Amino acid sequence: MSFDLAFIWAGLIAIAVLAYVVLDGFDLGVGMLFPFLGSDEERDLAMNSVAPVWDGNETWLVLGGGGLFAVFPLAYATILPALYAPLIAMLLGLIFRGVSFEFRPRADRSRFLWDLGFAGGSLVAAFAQGLALGALVQGIDVVDRAYAGGWFDWLTPFSLLTGLAMVIGYTLLGSTWLVMKTDGALRDRAERWAWRTGAVTLVLIGIISLVTPFLNPVYLHRWFSWPGSIFSFVVPALLLFCVWLFWRGMRERRDAHPFIAAQAMFVVCYIGILISFYPYMVPPSITLWQAAGPDESLGFLLVGALVLIPMILCYTAYAYWVFRGKVRPGDGYH
Amino acid sequence: MSAAATAIDLARFQFAFTVSAHITFPAFSIGLASYLAVLEGLWLWKRDDAYLKLFKYWKTIFAVVFGMGVVSGLVMSYQFGTNWSVFADKTGPVLGPLMGYEVLTAFFLEAGFLGVMLFGLERVGPRLHFLATAMVAIGTLISAFWILAVNSWMQTPTGYGVNTDGQFIPLDWWAVIFNPSFPYRLVHMVLAAYLTTAFVVGAVGAWHLLRDRYDSGARIMFSMAMWMALIVAPIQIVAGDMHGLNTLEHQPAKIAAMEGHYETRDGAPLILFGMPDDEAGKMRYALEIPKLGSMILTHDWNGRVRGLLSFPQDERPRAEIVFWSFRIMLAVGMAMVAIGLWSGLARLRGRLYDSSWLHRAALVMGPSGFLAVLAGWITTEVGRQPWTVYGLLHTADSISPIDGAAVGASLMAFIMVYFTVFGAGTFYVLRLMNQPPGVEVVENTGPTRSAGIMPGPSMELHDRPHEYGGRP
Repeated sequence: MSFDLAFIWAGLIAIAVLAYVVLDGFDLGVGMLFPFLGSDEERDLAMNSVAPVWDGNETWLVLGGGGLFAVFPLAYATILPALYAPLIAMLLGLIFRGVSFEFRPRADRSRFLWDLGFAGGSLVAAFAQGLALGALVQGIDVVDRAYAGGWFDWLTPFSLLTGLAMVIGYTLLGSTWLVMKTDGALRDRAERWAWRTGAVTLVLIGIISLVTPFLNPVYLHRWFSWPGSIFSFVVPALLLFCVWLFWRGMRERRDAHPFIAAQAMFVVCYIGILISFYPYMVPPSITLWQAAGPDESLGFLLVGALVLIPMILCYTAYAYWVFRGKVRPGDGYH
Repeated sequence: MSAAATAIDLARFQFAFTVSAHITFPAFSIGLASYLAVLEGLWLWKRDDAYLKLFKYWKTIFAVVFGMGVVSGLVMSYQFGTNWSVFADKTGPVLGPLMGYEVLTAFFLEAGFLGVMLFGLERVGPRLHFLATAMVAIGTLISAFWILAVNSWMQTPTGYGVNTDGQFIPLDWWAVIFNPSFPYRLVHMVLAAYLTTAFVVGAVGAWHLLRDRYDSGARIMFSMAMWMALIVAPIQIVAGDMHGLNTLEHQPAKIAAMEGHYETRDGAPLILFGMPDDEAGKMRYALEIPKLGSMILTHDWNGRVRGLLSFPQDERPRAEIVFWSFRIMLAVGMAMVAIGLWSGLARLRGRLYDSSWLHRAALVMGPSGFLAVLAGWITTEVGRQPWTVYGLLHTADSISPIDGAAVGASLMAFIMVYFTVFGAGTFYVLRLMNQPPGVEVVENTGPTRSAGIMPGPSMELHDRPHEYGGRP
């Protein structure tokens, strides 16, 4: 392991993608819960709980994509064609999801259409992200700096499984978010969904964790031989701690705890994926050093990133602080 | 061969379609964000609630437009990789960091403060809220800075080298960002965004003045918009001319296509209209003014103007498109100047709010900015073909190893979704614009009012002066 510009940037991109998952994950989860909410008022409240922050959350996805283009152009130029269909589907899903925030309050008779667009768009985006993740874990066929596989290589039983896991996992994030941010009937309804999705998420994490090492000898070696095998104890232990935190928070009605615990589960799973991947950026052939652009590019953007990312975190935190606490009816004044 | 040709045609059409749909939103929201900052600033300064009501009126419209800009922009940032992966691999080291800076300095700033701007006035108070509005406005301008640096580098690349993998690598960042066409393109586009907004605001003001010429909110917005038209439209003509001369220096083939010059000539005419025929390599039915073309381009009546035929056949942009798109942009620009002058005259005569023909003209000109922006971008983008990086990387060599069916299917999906979603969005925006701005306080309504049939606040709440025969 060498601590150079490419390594630092791989870490920053990893953080950007993680930030996207934990932040937009609950927005998309709220979207997918939309059809199961009790009334139009509950849907208003649920939407208003994420309306002030969703745009900033989605921007991490632009940073993930744009950052890849800037510092790992070879990874960008091979992963994106390989995941063509799921990525296009994700973009189209995010279009419906994004515009629904502004269109739904403006619509009268067609309001149900934007309810549908909000939920359907969130569902498609979440499922497509899971598909893309699964396909990337399985590996991408690259010859001569170009994607060399077929147009449906991304479609496998494993990627369908990760797609499903992403849908359920994001719904868990969304329901615990609503437990934290709302009151009364909506909160209690979200609580029931948090129990259900929490249980299913754990089952899916278990299955995927057992299957993944057998997809690629590198992964198997990483998890079952020294020193990587340490992680085989540490990662599940951390996950169990998150589960305990979630369970206790739900039982004792500490409304912020289940959300934090569910987010921590995502972080632990994400770290697990990174452990499998390292040092590859496009498994099974391109390492992060092979994918990296020249140092001039990496250095130039790093200067800005080191100054700007802390500032971004500050004003993002401020935006969350402004809208802290439970949302009340009439808060969003659309 | 034919399958590859299909894939690249489809990929080019997809890019043209998605980028054209996208640019219409920032063209409006860049100007509107600045307008919102001005309105809120005026409210804080003058303590006149009329400005606050106008701010809230346009803020709602901004939210809808900005949302559409965000989601259509996300598509662009991924399309470089899905459809143009060879371009992405080769230019990533140079262009990627510029777009990275766009995300870090602009997108997060806009998105972070947008929530506070839209929903937070009661929570943070007027001053912090004004700061949030200003941050959103500044963010849109920073975004324009970076993305136009990217586009300009593709048009006039400088400050680069090429490594063993065939990638462009940065040698001098200053030269990369401030490449020769960038300052001109940036000024031209930001002015275009301001004019686009001004004419939309002007049209909405005119619409409500046509219904009720005492509507004070409509008066304020119409007046502000017409000042912009009067001052900025002529500046834009000058900026556009300078941009054109810069293009002549760096991309002479584009200018030849815009002007419709096929033959290289001394003392070339200015071709007003005609039917360019790329196949035959000549202009049919040309209506021209002798020698004026040379005068404009070279500042010499007998200057030499290079024609399209002097470029290799496979390096000629299509004059059949560029000649027309350039003329459309120019005609719209002239019409904008005319409206500005007309409004100036009307203002001098004190009839700015009474001239219903001016209001009708301003209403018709409402979408003119979008037309000019699209025509201008078509001119510059079709005019730089067949290159993605001018003179260095062919469009045909930039595409992903892609399947025509995959591009075709995604293109169909984009077309259907864009027409549905952005069609609905446009409908909601127009419906919002149809609502009166709702500013009840009528200012400066003349002697009848001060004579006072019903003086005091009740009049401001319930009554319109003209119902009592009042006249401004």
